[in-house]
Amino acid sequence: MHRFASDSSNAARPFDEMGAGESCRPPYAMIRRWIAETPKDALVLKRREAELLFRRIGITFAVYSEGGDPERLIPFDIIPRVLDAEEWGLLSRGLRQRVQALNDFIRDVYQDRQILRAGLVPPELVLHNDGFRPEMQGFKPPAGVYTHVAGIDIVRLGPREFYVLEDNCRTPSGVSYMLENREAMMRLFPDLLAGHRIASVAHYPEELLDTLKSVAPEHCAGEPRVVLLTPGAYNSAYYEHSFLADEMGVEIVEGPDLFVDDSIVYMRTTEGPKRVDVIYRRIDDDYIDPLTFRPESVLGTPGLFNAYRSGNVTLANGVGAGIADDKSIYPHVPAMIRFYLGEEPILNNVRTFSCGKPEDLAFVLENLRELVVKEAHGSGGYGMLVGPQATQDELDVFAKKLKAAPGNYIAQPTLALSTCPTFVDQGIAPRHVDFRPFVLSGKEIRIVPGGLTRVALREGSLVVNSSQGGGTKDTWVLERC
Amino acid sequence: MLSRTADGLYWLSRYMERAENVARIVVAGHRMASMAHSLENPGNEWSSTLLAAGCEQTFFAKHEAATAPLVIDYLVRAPDNPSSIFSCLETARQNARAVRTALTVDMWDALNETWYQAREGERFGAALENLPALLEWVKERSLLFNGAYTNTMLRNDAFYFTRLGTFIERADNTARILDVKYNVLLPRHEGVGGALDYYHWQAILRSVSALRSYHWVYQDRLKPWLIAELLILRPEMPRSLMSCYEQIIRHLGLLSDAYGGKRGECHRIAGELHARLRFGRIQDIFQAGLHEFLTDFIDRSVTLGSEINSLYLV
Repeated sequence: MHRFASDSSNAARPFDEMGAGESCRPPYAMIRRWIAETPKDALVLKRREAELLFRRIGITFAVYSEGGDPERLIPFDIIPRVLDAEEWGLLSRGLRQRVQALNDFIRDVYQDRQILRAGLVPPELVLHNDGFRPEMQGFKPPAGVYTHVAGIDIVRLGPREFYVLEDNCRTPSGVSYMLENREAMMRLFPDLLAGHRIASVAHYPEELLDTLKSVAPEHCAGEPRVVLLTPGAYNSAYYEHSFLADEMGVEIVEGPDLFVDDSIVYMRTTEGPKRVDVIYRRIDDDYIDPLTFRPESVLGTPGLFNAYRSGNVTLANGVGAGIADDKSIYPHVPAMIRFYLGEEPILNNVRTFSCGKPEDLAFVLENLRELVVKEAHGSGGYGMLVGPQATQDELDVFAKKLKAAPGNYIAQPTLALSTCPTFVDQGIAPRHVDFRPFVLSGKEIRIVPGGLTRVALREGSLVVNSSQGGGTKDTWVLERC
Repeated sequence: MLSRTADGLYWLSRYMERAENVARIVVAGHRMASMAHSLENPGNEWSSTLLAAGCEQTFFAKHEAATAPLVIDYLVRAPDNPSSIFSCLETARQNARAVRTALTVDMWDALNETWYQAREGERFGAALENLPALLEWVKERSLLFNGAYTNTMLRNDAFYFTRLGTFIERADNTARILDVKYNVLLPRHEGVGGALDYYHWQAILRSVSALRSYHWVYQDRLKPWLIAELLILRPEMPRSLMSCYEQIIRHLGLLSDAYGGKRGECHRIAGELHARLRFGRIQDIFQAGLHEFLTDFIDRSVTLGSEINSLYLV
């Protein structure tokens, strides 16, 4: 009954972005020469230099529940990943289209539910979803935007074959790596950069600030006061929070720094209370307001949600945006694009089996060895099974978990992610990569040409998550070839 | 500025200052202990070192006797002592991370690199064997931090709060050191003290980097009442109470100016203490009781700290 699409099957040989063997794709021409000319010792030195740089900046990543060093560096690979102008053009058109549709979907499910009434998405999938926030029904935030910052995870299977693996509409992180990796490359290899025409990413914080200001409450008088709300210095993405606040020149606040009086949000300053108009929050819905959501949360601010619903403050991203990035909703994104925009999707979706459906479950159990199985609501690469790389024991254990709670899982064919040359212990070797560009939505949609490339440093590994031994690369978008 | 940011700046500079002060106190204790072999009770010197560091109660809750290895370990690296040098450096870095956007790059570099170096295996791991080098390193890191913030911060409220942290901590420290040794400064020691007294006096001056300064200011042999005057009343001595309070009232005043003239109880207390130092005479202080003066001063400094807290930091 089910067949894998031929373009997404586990091809014998993954697509190498530089070009396999002697061939070299044009965007990598200079990189290839540079790799050939630079002795390994020099690369080792440069890598050491990069590590010192990152440590100095304090760009670290905390992995909970593992003990050990509370702050560790994500490995940075010094060989850049390159996309040419045409590839980027395709990507950015596809991203724009997709995020527009995702946002339309969120607005729709909290207002008229047209897509549900049209029978394109099963209503119970939305209305019984943990990501659906009934509190948001009937409320429309400024400009009708919910997912102001979206991170779309993309993998590449061929020259023009880009697949969306996952949408992140809540509080996607990683953009600081896009910026700091470029900064590091400029310090380490100024000549190599000068030899290319690389589109700048440095204006991302300005674009973000403009986006946030553009969705200030309508009656906000004068320049809107924007703040960034963080769970605090112990959060794994804290470096990014402070970095973005710093680059935008806005205050970074924690829940207790804010208070709500008569549905208006203020921050506590040394000069007394100051009104706040827009909150770029990096705290999950569940924790932002103990009065509305989890009562035990100490990270949030009591009354914040009510102030939001009263239109006195804008939260970015909006509450309830998670309904659009749930893995059980993901298979319906192409339908959304057709329904809201009347266009054909530019970026592909990966074939997805919802284990909650008996027929899908049967297929998945039968083909477990060839599939990737993920938790429908999970993230971070935890609790997932990569069939081709699992032992028989692991497969058996996972099959039991699947049968016990099939609705919690989705499965996808194991994709032959593209590879990029990467500097590892054995020298320069191809490693699998993915890509997370960031899409900003305010009164208009803006995309900075670049994103975060994550690389699986272990040979053959397809798991790029930093919590699972992944590293990052600088991503170059060439202005012209 | 966010109250939490002000609080973070104030405490990170207090903790860096404390790390340096504890290092100086341990250096002085170390010297004294090597001189004081004639004392009946050899642990005495380390007890007063604990007193000077304000760690006596918590130490004796854990240990029975103030032996050199125990005291040094407790003051230098014990993670469960919030005032140990290691804890101070760690807390300062934690505060720095939490208020990172209010720091200059150089301040962050100084704090971050200190923390990384502190965690290098050998540094605190072999603290006892390598004590002089470690304490010297702590002093250097603190001087670096002070230089970094003094030379790179904008002169606005963020700077004023950082400054207040440094000088409130420093005043408290100088007062404690004097109070622990007040008995050797009392008039009954007038005249030529014994060799032991001389070492005590030297140790006091050394623990606040003032031995050389003493000679420059007085061009005289060490005399206890002059030592007290230098460390309490002389404005040119950068760790004297007077000097610290000049900085404190100056920066409290600048904060008041920055915030539309608003003043609070902290301004009154600081002004009063400053006036007493400015117009006080050392012979009057001795007459009324040096110990009483210092205890009262320490208590009032604590009150000042909590008044600053309630006006600005919460």
